[in-house]
Amino acid sequence: MELIQQLINGVSLGSIYALIALGYTMVYGIVKLINFAHGDVFMVGSFVGFYSITVLDLSFVPALLISMTVCALFGVLIERIAYKPLRNATRIAALITAIGVSLLIEYGFIYVRGAQPEAYPNDVLPTDKFDIFGVSINSQSVLIFGVAVVLMIILQIIVHKTKIGKAMRAVSFDADAAKLMGINVNNTISATFAIGSALAGAAGVIFGIYYIKIEPLMGVLPGLKAFVAAVLGGIGIIPGAMVGGLLLGVIEALVSAAGYSLWRDAVAFVVLILILIFMPQGLFGKNKKEKV
Amino acid sequence: MTTIKRAKGFWLSISLSLIFFAIIQVLIGGGSLNPFYQNTLMFIGINIILAASLHLIIGITGQFSIGHAGFLAVGAYASAVMTMKLNMPFTLALVVGGLAAALAGLIIGIPSLRLKGDYLAIATLGFGEIVRIMLLNIDYVGGASGMQVSHLTTWPWVFASVLITIIVIRNFTSSTHGRACISIREDETAADSMGINTTYYKVVAFAIGAFFAGIAGALYAHNFYIIQPSNFGFLKSFDILILVVLGGLGSLSGAVLAAILLTVITTFLQDYPETRMIIYSLVLIIMMIYRPQGLMGTKEITSMFKRKGGSSHENKNTAA
Repeated sequence: MELIQQLINGVSLGSIYALIALGYTMVYGIVKLINFAHGDVFMVGSFVGFYSITVLDLSFVPALLISMTVCALFGVLIERIAYKPLRNATRIAALITAIGVSLLIEYGFIYVRGAQPEAYPNDVLPTDKFDIFGVSINSQSVLIFGVAVVLMIILQIIVHKTKIGKAMRAVSFDADAAKLMGINVNNTISATFAIGSALAGAAGVIFGIYYIKIEPLMGVLPGLKAFVAAVLGGIGIIPGAMVGGLLLGVIEALVSAAGYSLWRDAVAFVVLILILIFMPQGLFGKNKKEKV
Repeated sequence: MTTIKRAKGFWLSISLSLIFFAIIQVLIGGGSLNPFYQNTLMFIGINIILAASLHLIIGITGQFSIGHAGFLAVGAYASAVMTMKLNMPFTLALVVGGLAAALAGLIIGIPSLRLKGDYLAIATLGFGEIVRIMLLNIDYVGGASGMQVSHLTTWPWVFASVLITIIVIRNFTSSTHGRACISIREDETAADSMGINTTYYKVVAFAIGAFFAGIAGALYAHNFYIIQPSNFGFLKSFDILILVVLGGLGSLSGAVLAAILLTVITTFLQDYPETRMIIYSLVLIIMMIYRPQGLMGTKEITSMFKRKGGSSHENKNTAA
């Protein structure tokens, strides 16, 4: 029963990873850039959610929506200011910029508001426990999983059924050809950043509710792990990010359950290195041939 | 003829740097250099070694590694174990620190150097984190609370290490092997088809870079009285990365200059760590947007003196 309990914890954690990983994977799919600042957008989302709940006295859903909106704007702002001038720069230049943006957000945030952590109030979502076949399940983790699933379904609808989704797929397939077909590539890239960042913002609020404590550097580790999740599922592939996130969450929970909770953070990186060596295209990816 | 000229420049810069060393040594001996400046000097030396070693990996071979703090940590802990637990002399500890880091470089390098670009960056970052978490969980080296280390790093040690690092990396760069590494940086596929064993050279560059990072780690550990796993997080890796990026990817003298410049700035901003990080990150972003090749590009400072000096080490005297 302990094991099932841990699996449920793992799925909750995994759905947070999955939400962040979606942003990584979408951005990578469209501009081939590892957006290191994504973890920090997640952090900003968490804080926006916190202030909406405590200062503005809002309930869960409005706080989630405000956080997603702010993060979407923030993501577009980052893209327009820092990444757009580098559209045609080398990969290393773009990567270094992304690292710079990430550090700037973290320390700019600390500079403005201080490094002290905050605690989410614990009455945002009902915390009833109910038993199914002897396993006690926290209603919070069910709700969190539910919210994550709903967001992912909405994302799938946006990507596959709307015009902007079609444009996103076209740009990620071939940006030049998409441009020739009259697609506004810049707006499409901005839309991708907006959607990815909104999902990160939602993940931030969920994280705060589930783990209570939030602080300005909280985005670094989940951000990196979400990237691992994206690579695990096959970077650039949206269903891959979801599965990768959930899988990583479950693996971490199992490692904790086996009594190695101190090693939990290392496991994600071991998974990453193993997957990169043996299956660099990820679980869902296609093998790409190198062309000269 | 050119070889004689170059050799002349080489010996000239070595003798100049030895004079510089003697002056500082006299100043320290005479007590006119207070501990604060001495400490800054040590930091500059350690950062020069780190910058030069990462320069070999990123600037020369073009392998974007952001886990350099991992090698630093391996060197620091290995040497600290040698001196503190096994009571070995400092000389041996330095070498062991370097060798341990080189071994770590081989272990991580052989599998992950099949990766390219972004993937390699993330894998090395993951490696750095794994090292940190391992150290956190090994009780023998103190876990999270760290390890007490006695202060053994002195100016002659730092100076000798810096000199050796720069000479080795400079000579490596201008050797056949260095040329092979540069060709990998420029175009890996082309290098491969010209018969260069790219994996071999990437691993060699990684191991040499890691070796010197390990030496820097040994000096770092014995300069501090205490080392903790939290000193070697990825922020440390970024600190080293910015030295290389600012100096110019592919310029040894640029990396050395950036190491001197940024260490001095860091020392002055010691009480304002946030401001320091904000400045660093802004430098990274603005640099990449407006001057992605860094301060020096791939040029060396010596090329400005029309081949007068053969070694980039010369600038260390003028700048420091």
